[in-house]
Amino acid sequence: MTISSPKISLTPPPVLPGERFVIPADDPLPLDNGGRLGPVTIAYRTYGRLDERKANAVLVCHALTGDQFVAETHPVTGKPGWWETLVGPGRVLDTDRFFVICANVIGGCMGTTGPKEADPATGRPYGLSFPVITIGDMVRAQKRLVESLGIESLFCVVGGSMGGMQVLQWATAHPEMVFSAMPIATAARHSAQNIAFHEVGRQAIMADPEWCGGAYAERGTRPHRGLAVARMAAHITYLSETALHRKFGRNLQDRDALSYGFGADFQVESYLRHQGSTFVERFDANSYLYITRAMDYFDLARDFGGQLANAFRGSRARFCVVSFTSDWLFPTSESRALVHALNAAAANVSFVEIPTDKGHDAFLLDEPELFKVLGGFVEGCAERRGLKR
Amino acid sequence: MATPMQLVGAHPRANIRVDLQVIADMIEPGTRVLDVGCGDGQLLDYLVHFRQVDGRGMEISQAGVNNCVAHGLSVIQGDADTDLKDYPSDAFDYVILSQTLQATHDPREVLMQLVRIGRRAIVSFPNFGAWHVRLKLLWSGKMPVTDSYDVAWYETPNIHLCTIDDFAELCSDVGITIERGMVLDAAGRPRALRAPGFLANLLGEQGLFVLGRRA
Repeated sequence: MTISSPKISLTPPPVLPGERFVIPADDPLPLDNGGRLGPVTIAYRTYGRLDERKANAVLVCHALTGDQFVAETHPVTGKPGWWETLVGPGRVLDTDRFFVICANVIGGCMGTTGPKEADPATGRPYGLSFPVITIGDMVRAQKRLVESLGIESLFCVVGGSMGGMQVLQWATAHPEMVFSAMPIATAARHSAQNIAFHEVGRQAIMADPEWCGGAYAERGTRPHRGLAVARMAAHITYLSETALHRKFGRNLQDRDALSYGFGADFQVESYLRHQGSTFVERFDANSYLYITRAMDYFDLARDFGGQLANAFRGSRARFCVVSFTSDWLFPTSESRALVHALNAAAANVSFVEIPTDKGHDAFLLDEPELFKVLGGFVEGCAERRGLKR
Repeated sequence: MATPMQLVGAHPRANIRVDLQVIADMIEPGTRVLDVGCGDGQLLDYLVHFRQVDGRGMEISQAGVNNCVAHGLSVIQGDADTDLKDYPSDAFDYVILSQTLQATHDPREVLMQLVRIGRRAIVSFPNFGAWHVRLKLLWSGKMPVTDSYDVAWYETPNIHLCTIDDFAELCSDVGITIERGMVLDAAGRPRALRAPGFLANLLGEQGLFVLGRRA
């Protein structure tokens, strides 16, 4: 027995709400692979108001499967915004006080140019003809967007996981534009173990016959089984053994005894299948390939002669690095390495490890200690930036 | 949270512990300061708000760090024994090590790191040579438990206790200059004695030294 097929409509999704910014074809985005990409549409959302000095802008960077709908009901899933716990009126990133921007990364599938969008040269979806992009490319595109809004300096750049990688990229590639940076549950490079997990996910997608070498959109198929398996494997890495045990233990799903078959006997199986099947309703398989690749390629020190500290040399930004005790995907040791490098560059850095058993996902969950720490950091930065309460 | 923290970043406290105030008064306004073992951030908060320093902290306890950062201080979780080596030389004008030296594994190395990364180091520690400590050991024949050493030998974090004369000797051995030395009484107030010295070593409850590199 395999995962139940999700109900997928092949009719085009409704036009997503939110703003669009276009990088024109005559001024294309230079890419790390040496190529250029244009036109590029960037789908983004903003919350709050930019103040007169344009000093209160906060850029939120989303993680692998996140998107721009950070603080509002998601138009596709109907679920709350992915970081509503942190962003919104009265929250740490108070939208009554800050101008919050969140953009879908390039290569994504929520309105920003990515493999599922049409290549203007052919009129057909890019598929695998889309260039392999990097975290650096994502940030380069975001910089164009931020500049188009008339913002010369971001009060804060914040993100977790892949979002944290973008934060680090921002702080090192465009230090003059970053007043403060909050890289959370992240690392300055993707580890061998993390690349390995991503490879499992990609192979699952590519092993699905409906993937069709990436051209599934034109064939009218969707590699939903492969993508669901990729999501299931990845989802395990977002949790901790303790959390899984606490949530599910060896509890059986809708039955009193083992079935002696391969159905979802255990609650944990049922849960993962559910995670897989709901994911494919909102995410594009090729986007998953491209974005995981971008994370794998991330290695901040490589651009600075192999010395991570050099990346932060002369940085005047204030950093708040956060890790979680039970996160084994981006463990505290990665954050500590980052902090050592920041110290070596005499950067202004705070570093906290939050005790939790919720694993990597903790950064998206209701963690009062996290909000307390981030709140204090943001307040301290706002004071120095001269932002009113 | 293990201990209630009193620090309030938004409403900085003007009144800090007496011995911390003595240290604060040694710091020039507007300088770069690293407080190693900053605890709940009391001194650092004062320095940032009343001396306008560019202040950073390092603290080993997670609760202490989280509380400091939650109050807007730039503090990292770290260990004086292992994490000072990351900082570049001359990164700070002052590096403070208040009541922490005796709890480090390698006090000599820690002291050398302090004067490497700071132009000056300010170090305070409880004086094991104080007369009443000597008396307790002499009369009872047991490890003294006093205000400064308030836990039994088997559970104390203070693994490298020293006297003021011991400290001065170590500084001399490793080429560290004592620019200024004083002793504090049990309440943390300075006493009119020059340290190091026979009387300072006998009467001082705490030693407080400003250190520099030998030119």
